[in-house]
Amino acid sequence: MKKEDIPQDTGAFGKITPEVQYATDAAGNYSTGLSKGWEVKNSANDAAWQDIEERVRMAKERVLKKEVSPLLYFMELKLMDIKVLAGYTGFWGWQVRRHMRPSVFKKLSDRRLRRYADVFEVQVDDLKNMIPG
Amino acid sequence: MKLPFEHIQAAHCENGVTTSLLRSIGIARITEPLAFGIGSGLFFTYIPLLKVNNGPAFAFRTMPGLIFKRTCVALNVPVHREKFRSREKAQQVLDASLDAGHVVGCQVGVFYLPYFPKEYRFHFNAHNIIIYGREADRYLISDPVMEMPTSLSTYELERVRFARGVLAPRGQLYYPEKAGTVTDEQIARGIKKGVIRNIRDMLHIPGPIAGVSGIRYTGGKIKRWRDKLGVKTAGLWLAQMVRMQEEIGTGGGGFRYMYAAFLQQAQAFHPDETLTRISETFTRSGDLWRDAAVQAAGIYKGRIGSQDDFNRMGDYLLEIAELEKQAFQALSKIKWK
Repeated sequence: MKKEDIPQDTGAFGKITPEVQYATDAAGNYSTGLSKGWEVKNSANDAAWQDIEERVRMAKERVLKKEVSPLLYFMELKLMDIKVLAGYTGFWGWQVRRHMRPSVFKKLSDRRLRRYADVFEVQVDDLKNMIPG
Repeated sequence: MKLPFEHIQAAHCENGVTTSLLRSIGIARITEPLAFGIGSGLFFTYIPLLKVNNGPAFAFRTMPGLIFKRTCVALNVPVHREKFRSREKAQQVLDASLDAGHVVGCQVGVFYLPYFPKEYRFHFNAHNIIIYGREADRYLISDPVMEMPTSLSTYELERVRFARGVLAPRGQLYYPEKAGTVTDEQIARGIKKGVIRNIRDMLHIPGPIAGVSGIRYTGGKIKRWRDKLGVKTAGLWLAQMVRMQEEIGTGGGGFRYMYAAFLQQAQAFHPDETLTRISETFTRSGDLWRDAAVQAAGIYKGRIGSQDDFNRMGDYLLEIAELEKQAFQALSKIKWK
């Protein structure tokens, strides 16, 4: 890529800091230039976020239909999967999967709920009622 | 306390940490491209069975930590590296290292990294930052992908050092011990070794998923994504590929340019005209990766999406695979001193 072709399409990152890129000068020698972002990359990121919003919305529906516990909603909201959530809460993956069942979730002690609530950065009551922090 | 340190922005976090940490012990001749090349940083793999963020898992660079490790080995610089079970111990060792005058590198997760824009905070745990001092409750941070140095509170730093999930950093810190002067000969040998190791990684790993054959394999797979996954999911998977390719700290097209820059700089140590020619091939490869990303963007933005468009997308990767294969084969014919 030539220096003058370094894209300058400001994206989420470009608002905070420019990025370094390697590019060639007229003689073909490499040095660094700065980029504010690239439209292709910005839209890839947008696509990922649209997908996340979609997953959160679907999770919410399923919780309201009592198919799953509110944990799924918060897990999607925090971009986590079972493995990441298990890591942060200290539960095993199979325990987290079990806690996703509304009947099991209802019986969880406050102490266990607190572990989830802390990771999701909400209060225990909000966790139960699916109110984001 | 604040250690003498000059923040330098880099294109990629681990190269940046490597060059800056080496500078902190007086080795100023290792530029970012040199570190990348000596560390055999260029790579490709697609792991079909592993899912990241509900999409496919790609890597455009070598395993985290290896660039720093290999560069230090090549220069005969001893490295101190430590992981922790206990958060208290992790902080104690960090404080003690700073007090002993070491500028320290740390592996962190970006999800809770407060100075990163929210849009880029995924559960990605192979980010690297430098800690060069402590003032009251805050640690002084040099993040190589940021323009300016910044700082983190004790709590914030602990949280990112103990991020969870794939590649959990477990508080990992590392720094180079004081070393003697680095000779031209050492750098030249490091370059040779780095290139030969990179040829191995790109051409000679058995199986279809790594190196040049991994790029070809992915190209073939992409052509079937539309039927297998539907246009929407296939588009999301392509977006994920572009994000892995171009995102901060993991860039793919950018890595090809960086490797081209490395081969140019290598000539100061191995005068050889063919390196220039091969460098140009990597520039073309970087350009093609970017063209492929533009094609992918057309698909995930819903502008295009026919089977022909997916075929063209796959063909880009087949073309790249062929180009990088030629480049590494040419590198393997170089007569090193």
